[in-house]
Amino acid sequence: MIGDSRWGIRLAHAILILGIVVVAFPLYYVFIASTHAGPDIVRPPMPLTPGGHLVENYRAAFFEGAANLGGVPVWRLLFNTAVMALGIAVGKIVISITSAYAIVFFRFPGRMVFFWIIFVTLMLPVEVRILPTYKVMVDLNLIDTYTGLILPLIASATATLLFRQFFLTIPGELVEAARIDGAGPFRFFKDILLPLSRSNIAALFVILFIYGWTQYLWPLLMTNRAEMNTIVIALRKMVSFVDHGTPWHIVMATCVLAILPPVLVVVLMQRAFVRGLVETEK
Amino acid sequence: MKFRGIPAVISAVAALSAASPAFAVTEISWWHAMAGANNDVVETLAREFNASQSEYRVLPSYKGTYPETLNAGIAAFRAKQPPHVMQVFDVGTGVMMGATGAVKPVAEVLTLGGETFDKSKYLSGITAYYSTPEGVMLSFPYNSSSPILYYNKDHFAKAGLDPEQPPQTWPEVFEAARQIKASGAANCGLTSTWLTWIGLENFSAWNNLQYGTEENGLASTDFQLTFNSPLHVQHFQNLADLAKEEVFRYGGRTSEAKALLISGECSILTESSGGLGDVVNSGMNYGLGSLPYYPEAEGAPQNTIPGGASLWVFAGHSDAEYKGVAEFFKFLSSVEIQSRLHQVSGYLPVTLEAYEATRASGFYEKNPGRETPILQMMGKAPTPNSKGVRAVNLPQLRDIQNEEFERMLAGQQTAQQALDNAATRGNAALQEALGK
Amino acid sequence: MSGRVVFPNKLLPYLLLAPQLAITAVFFYWPASQALKQSMQREDPFGLRTTFVGFANFRRVLADPNYLNSVQVTAVFSLATAFLALALALPLAVMAEKVVRGKGLYRTLLIWPYAVAPAIAGMLWLFLFNPAMGTFSYLLRANGVAWDPLLKDGQAMGLVVAAAAWKQISYNFLFFVAGLQAIPRSLIEAAAIDGASGPKRFRTIVFPLLAPTTFFLLVVNTVYAFFDTFGVIHAVTQGGPGKATETLVYKVYNDGFVNLQLGSSAAQSVILMGVVILLTAIQFRYVERRVHYG
Repeated sequence: MIGDSRWGIRLAHAILILGIVVVAFPLYYVFIASTHAGPDIVRPPMPLTPGGHLVENYRAAFFEGAANLGGVPVWRLLFNTAVMALGIAVGKIVISITSAYAIVFFRFPGRMVFFWIIFVTLMLPVEVRILPTYKVMVDLNLIDTYTGLILPLIASATATLLFRQFFLTIPGELVEAARIDGAGPFRFFKDILLPLSRSNIAALFVILFIYGWTQYLWPLLMTNRAEMNTIVIALRKMVSFVDHGTPWHIVMATCVLAILPPVLVVVLMQRAFVRGLVETEK
Repeated sequence: MKFRGIPAVISAVAALSAASPAFAVTEISWWHAMAGANNDVVETLAREFNASQSEYRVLPSYKGTYPETLNAGIAAFRAKQPPHVMQVFDVGTGVMMGATGAVKPVAEVLTLGGETFDKSKYLSGITAYYSTPEGVMLSFPYNSSSPILYYNKDHFAKAGLDPEQPPQTWPEVFEAARQIKASGAANCGLTSTWLTWIGLENFSAWNNLQYGTEENGLASTDFQLTFNSPLHVQHFQNLADLAKEEVFRYGGRTSEAKALLISGECSILTESSGGLGDVVNSGMNYGLGSLPYYPEAEGAPQNTIPGGASLWVFAGHSDAEYKGVAEFFKFLSSVEIQSRLHQVSGYLPVTLEAYEATRASGFYEKNPGRETPILQMMGKAPTPNSKGVRAVNLPQLRDIQNEEFERMLAGQQTAQQALDNAATRGNAALQEALGK
Repeated sequence: MSGRVVFPNKLLPYLLLAPQLAITAVFFYWPASQALKQSMQREDPFGLRTTFVGFANFRRVLADPNYLNSVQVTAVFSLATAFLALALALPLAVMAEKVVRGKGLYRTLLIWPYAVAPAIAGMLWLFLFNPAMGTFSYLLRANGVAWDPLLKDGQAMGLVVAAAAWKQISYNFLFFVAGLQAIPRSLIEAAAIDGASGPKRFRTIVFPLLAPTTFFLLVVNTVYAFFDTFGVIHAVTQGGPGKATETLVYKVYNDGFVNLQLGSSAAQSVILMGVVILLTAIQFRYVERRVHYG
């Protein structure tokens, strides 16, 4: 900013570094804990420098964690979580973009009725309707299936609203021009709308992927069989032991494995994510 | 197109993962809540049973914590796909007993399997807890435990107490705890897991005090909670006072306080005998004693009531499958298995024969204190106050009690208020649960 | 909206809407109707006996002091979380705008907690502050702080608020940065020429211009605290001590799935749905206006 002295800049750096320390510390701490032996972790204060058990703990988390996770290997849990997160992200983007397209670029009888039918669900998260939805899942025999994990979480209108808001900003001349060129609704969608929506789609993908990856209550209820658990659920089950001391070193290593994939998605897709986020939600 | 492809892929994957091989052998599903080392025990038992014969195969699967397992079972029943056998924790007993038509009494299952169910072979305190008022055993006790006293011998020595003489009564415990704190041997003298199960349910039975009318709910589901007697109040006021002096430390609603003993933060702990494994594994210098009592209580010490979990059999399966379940239970109650479970886990043996065999082997001489939970439970014939506690909504009653205890320990109310509130709120919740 | 150029097509729009409508019907409207039905019933957990009780469950819920307590807890928790998350993110965003060197690195390091699951975040915080083994509780106690979130309502609330807000800082940071970038430099330059000091420029120009962003974030954060923090509470306090951290959503879960009171839990779901739909309608009017005039 204008008129900022060198001291002002230094102060800014200091505050940012402090902020990063606060924000990143819990994650750093987990990583450190995952490199120590079990007993060292539970005897406070825990050392704040890496210990010598990194390879050992991660090997245990990958190959021996099975007994703690109901006999299911970690890769299976990560796979389940990935399927769920990807399913939700892709599914929700696909159904939202098509329905937003219909609502903005077409006029048809019942349009406003459908509009409201969809948008009433806007802010209603699955947590609120959890018990009845659960009952529906039981009736539909969807317990312990990927479909059951994914579909109910797609049923909300947030993404549809974002696409609608974005589509409304597209100038009418563009549609006009496309029609004069003889482009039908499919061509317009494919050649004009999709490319324009790219950064929005990217941002939504990141948001929804993380939303799916971090789900807790729904998969907790939806999965009975250990092999259908997500990594977050399995992790919580590891620490909820009542008559058994928690193997904290393995928990921490598993924790790092559970956190890493979504962090990578955010960091790697950062640019598109930030741009899309700011464009759509503002 | 993308859109049509995805659900198809998803359902294909789901179909693949749902497919399970089920052919010649009859499969018996066993849902349980045993994590960690206890999960290994479950897996080993299933493996041994499956290897011992070729007709049936037991498939154990871990369903999370006790409440999660119970919920999963209920949901599965409603979806008409219940497991054969499900492990249900002690407080779920009332819930399961209320579900006439959903469960098949174990006594019946055993009869179907050609076994005659002989009650006298089992430890009476345990079977009584899992039987109807008429004496029909409904579920099979898998892991039963009873609360005992654990203490840190090093702390006792440091505080000038005799490490070989655990305190016997609550006044002695409180004195020892204060001395430990004052001497600086530890930051906290006393803690306890499960203030509900140990502090209220077992406290009542052990001191021969009434927890509720109708034999604490065993004689009838419709009963009144009466655990706010003067001695109850006195005990909890003592705890509240000690908490204020920071001699007593609250660890949490379930077994969390065990960590306080293991980490050396606290010196004396009342906890389930089932927690022994962790204490042993920690390598600390521990001692064991009986659950303390109040000398002024008439008839104390009476007997403790079991905790832990039992195996329930769901209704709606075929007779062939029930025969398999009966075979499995027969296997579980064999002397060899029961003695082993008792000796490695700290849980109580279910049959008298297993207890005798363990005693004959000299195990108790080598491991002093390990007989304590059994003696506590078998020492005296139970009175109406000490047969057990049963309510259709016991989990909820315990929730209410915990809330009131926490407010008391935080200094927001007296023991009298806490117990009065817990009784009043509990009675209202019970009536509501009964549909009144 | 009437002046928009559109495609003249009769069938296509219905086809485009069909997937979303189908999913909404099956996973929203059907459960909602089930909730309505169940909220007027009394049922045992196994579904063996069901009786119709009219509005008895609603009356019971609304008369229950615990429910009102839960409303209060939810309000305190949501506002505290939103406020803390905003108050921490704003200075970071302002500072990030100032610096030139290391901007990208700072941003990367500040946004990654966004990817951590609330349930895991709660666990981490519990791990740090757990009275039995947490390093921080050890340090607090060593410095004479009577740290005991298992019994002290305020500390328990503080812990869940901190864990929930921590996770939200990244998100708010990004929006504040975007909001700051949208402020015309000329305005700030003019103020600087007029001799306004840095803090004064922030107070009189930057902050007011950030108001729409702040308001938007306030809404988003409150909604987040309302619903997405179940995992934090479940992991850290399970609603305790007493009922000091039992939020409305946690109560729906606890009454339904732990205490097995299906009717009461369903009634609570229905009430929550009503409230949320109302909030949506209000929010929608606001969003609509912004699109038209903003």
